[in-house]
Amino acid sequence: MKHVFDKLFESRVWRSIFRHGLPTSNRTRAEAVFYNFFLHVHPTKVRKRSIRYTYTWGLGGLSVGLFIVLTVTGALLMLYYRPSVQQAYWDMKDLQFVVSSGQFLRNMHRWAAHAMVAVVFLHMLRVFYTSSYRPPKEFNWVIGVFLLVITVLLSYTGYLLPWDQLSFWGISVGTNMVRAMPCGFGEKISFLLLGGNIVGENALIRFYVLHCFIIPVVAMVLMGIHFWRVRKDGGV
Amino acid sequence: MDNDPEVDKKERLLTRRYFLESIGAGAIGIAAVGSIVLTGEYLAPNVVKEPPTKFKVGSPENYPPESVTLNKEQKVFIVRAKEGYFYALSAVCTHLGCITNWKSEDGIIACPCHGSKFDREGKKITGPAPRPLPRFSLSLDDQKQLVVDKSIMVSDEATLKV
Repeated sequence: MKHVFDKLFESRVWRSIFRHGLPTSNRTRAEAVFYNFFLHVHPTKVRKRSIRYTYTWGLGGLSVGLFIVLTVTGALLMLYYRPSVQQAYWDMKDLQFVVSSGQFLRNMHRWAAHAMVAVVFLHMLRVFYTSSYRPPKEFNWVIGVFLLVITVLLSYTGYLLPWDQLSFWGISVGTNMVRAMPCGFGEKISFLLLGGNIVGENALIRFYVLHCFIIPVVAMVLMGIHFWRVRKDGGV
Repeated sequence: MDNDPEVDKKERLLTRRYFLESIGAGAIGIAAVGSIVLTGEYLAPNVVKEPPTKFKVGSPENYPPESVTLNKEQKVFIVRAKEGYFYALSAVCTHLGCITNWKSEDGIIACPCHGSKFDREGKKITGPAPRPLPRFSLSLDDQKQLVVDKSIMVSDEATLKV
């Protein structure tokens, strides 16, 4: 068996993917991290006390884990959901009662969304209580605040999509709060958000695009910067 | 000449390289600003397919005296007072935009979302609504049909005598 693996690790295909050999020396161990796309953002070394579980509680990792769950379940839900006033509610009901595992996926998406808001908030509290916002990491705190806002916005834009009474009035109330902004800005921003003056077809498709594409893309870019900075500062 | 320290700054600004760079950067700048403006205009729809703001609500005889009738589609109350005159009251709560309901047993208009209450005149009884319910223009057309125009707000005293 060992012989088979040795043959595999020495093969041309394997070596074309992992150019260094097995991580047997300090040099190849470092190369295993440097030359791997998924590992290269890691710091060269990490202090033991900064990865103690009771220091971070793994809340950042849990947040990104939930984001991955939400991306996968969300993409699957998109296959059956049509963002139109006629169909949205019935597509959601079909997902619950007709589609195999539809109810399970929808509930997974829903619970992960609730959990992500809570976990991201707890992550912020942890960073606050361990003073991890202090220089030189203050800019990463700022990015983190943006990510918290984005998490809430993702949750809120997803709220309209079932197109039931709760979502309709939730979005009515929210966009009316935007209208309270002074100097005519409120009216303008609310008009742009809804694509009109009332919560209707335009509003539904706008919230759908924001929920499924625009906000997740912004979140991914900010998460990339956030993680990179965490790791350059010696975190995991 | 470029490296001559004697040449003063003003003269150096006019090199061919600087001139061409300015034109290029200027063109990119104009294109960038233009694309932002165009995107902004694209995002604001020019035509919205929403219910018309001016609509008929039937003939006055359909409304018994001392009645408050909610037109759900248009979010408006048609009120016929005891004395016989009419007015059209917005059914959209001035707090955060929920649709209010007429509670005939209490004789009040109540909002289900955050508990605001109004009397049949639209005047606020309890908050959190900041303003009374506004009145819309109400008139009779040639066929003696009541017509509401939501784009025209009228005073809180305005009524239509039929």
